[in-house]
Amino acid sequence: MSTLEIVDLHASVETDTGEQPILRGVDLTISQGQTHAVMGPNGSGKSTLAYVIAGHPKYQVTQGSITLDGADVLEMSVDERARAGLFLAMQYPVEIPGVSVSNFLRTSATAVRGEAPKLRLWLKEMKEAMAALSIDPSFAERSVNEGFSGGEKKRHEILQLELLKPKIAILDETDSGLDVDALRVVSEGVNRYRESGQTGTLLITHYTRILRYIHPDFVHVFVDGRIVESGGPELATTLEDEGYEKFIAAVRASVAS
Amino acid sequence: MSPVMAPASDHAPLVVSYDPEAFEVPTGREEEWRFTPLARLGGLHEHPQASAVPKVSVSSLDGVTVSDVPLTELQGDASAAPIDRISAIAWSGAESVTLVAIAPETTVDEPVEISIDTPAGVSFAQLRIEVGAFSHVSVAIRFTGEGVFAGGIQVHAADQSKATIATVVDQDASAVNVSRLHVRLGRDAVVKSSIITLGADLVRMNASVEYTAPGGDVELLGLFFADGGQHHEHRVFVDHSQPHGRSSVIYKGALEGEGTHTVWIGDVLVRADAIGIDTYEVNRNLVLSDGARADSVPNLELETGEVVGAGHASATGRFDDEQMFYLRARGIDEDLARVLVVRGFFADILGRTGIPGLADSVMRTIDARLGVTDLVADVLGVDDEVDS
Repeated sequence: MSTLEIVDLHASVETDTGEQPILRGVDLTISQGQTHAVMGPNGSGKSTLAYVIAGHPKYQVTQGSITLDGADVLEMSVDERARAGLFLAMQYPVEIPGVSVSNFLRTSATAVRGEAPKLRLWLKEMKEAMAALSIDPSFAERSVNEGFSGGEKKRHEILQLELLKPKIAILDETDSGLDVDALRVVSEGVNRYRESGQTGTLLITHYTRILRYIHPDFVHVFVDGRIVESGGPELATTLEDEGYEKFIAAVRASVAS
Repeated sequence: MSPVMAPASDHAPLVVSYDPEAFEVPTGREEEWRFTPLARLGGLHEHPQASAVPKVSVSSLDGVTVSDVPLTELQGDASAAPIDRISAIAWSGAESVTLVAIAPETTVDEPVEISIDTPAGVSFAQLRIEVGAFSHVSVAIRFTGEGVFAGGIQVHAADQSKATIATVVDQDASAVNVSRLHVRLGRDAVVKSSIITLGADLVRMNASVEYTAPGGDVELLGLFFADGGQHHEHRVFVDHSQPHGRSSVIYKGALEGEGTHTVWIGDVLVRADAIGIDTYEVNRNLVLSDGARADSVPNLELETGEVVGAGHASATGRFDDEQMFYLRARGIDEDLARVLVVRGFFADILGRTGIPGLADSVMRTIDARLGVTDLVADVLGVDDEVDS
């Protein structure tokens, strides 16, 4: 069983005014089969957590550790992390002009699986995965993310999730910018893959809306670069009713004291 | 400061001559030469003696006649007339002109393959492709070898002919290539020219277009990939002197490495008589690393407002770290990610050359220089493995 273990993680970003700490001691353990929701207000650093796990070069880890089944993730390059079984569904997927979705997906699947999938089987697999997400077949010939609507971008991210079959999936605000129909389709895709039992899921979100479709086992409140409260699904209900103010106020009080 | 620069109202060169001595040796301060590292021209300006003979071979095809024509026979034809010292040297230093003629009303199904191998030393060659009226032909020209070369390629497309020309410069790292491609179009002739520059230490490739009658349509495509300190310079001059012509110029370059320099100068002139023309020119460059420099200068000069369209654009961008992160976050290693982005950048040009197999061979050369020799999925979308 795979486990992603984050211990006392501190990370900062280089700015014009010097090094700016963003993550201030994150502890989180995600095992295969579990779904964790990390919820927090804007600017709390929850997306930074996703990018630091994936290895974005913009952030420097200053303290702490991330391990996947005991292997040191921080020692791995971005692509090594993906090949080790980490997947980040991005909030703002990047356009790659001139590179078709079909070739991107096959190149990526080849890299992650360690061998090129047999073409015929691959085409069938890709077509089925696309159909399940209500993605039009013509999509395969378009350039990656170029001219995609918000919903198309997110469906394309979940398509990759289903094809790359990671051990740990991190979904960074996958719900942002989606209307209800698109949210449902995308959530169904995530749930399909979760039901396979192969993945641990880290769901990063500002709103509780997506949690009506993807039910978490654990909910964590993220404020000021760390987890300030953890609980079960009921914590999401509390957040929906009361918002983040209580938690923000508590952090301010502790800083002031 | 620029004594030989033409006045702004007329792009015709001040000196046109077959005699090299009619032209001064440039100092490097002239507008025409200010981007070119003159010391790396292999003595083309100073020592105008051929010390080698290039090997020119033309594939044998039905409907295509190949002959050697004495220089004097074609001299006096204005379109061949040299416009600078090196083009005059390249003319007078060539033994003869290799004439590739396609008879009128002929369709040549296969591409005519022309190879120009430049051995060590200094060598010159002149090539003329004459496409007869109503004929269709495609021609693939490939430069190889290690030498210092200067030459000229003239394409004469007669009335309503259609010519697709691709010129690939794939010489060795020590080579120099200073060439001029001149396209002359008859009434309603359609010419597509692709210039693909990959090799050599220094390449200076001029492409000029002349319309002799209304309705000519030219598409100039360019692709260059420069690294390891290479200098790739492309100059375009489209002279719209006739009504209802069309020109579309798209050059794209990718470059990396300390001291690598690419230059693109695109001049389009629309003369007062050239009413109803449609022209667009664009240069895009992708800088893959620090230390490489791209210069890009589009010039559009309109002497009439009665045009269907006239535009130009130029953009030079840095390699995008976010694209790299996205691809690597999907398990694709750094070298392969760069190949994907560069292939994507060039895909529109390579998809349009009209020469079968060219895109694939060009991209494999570039892949190898980016450190990837085995690409599983073909990002150009040529799914040759699909047999169902």
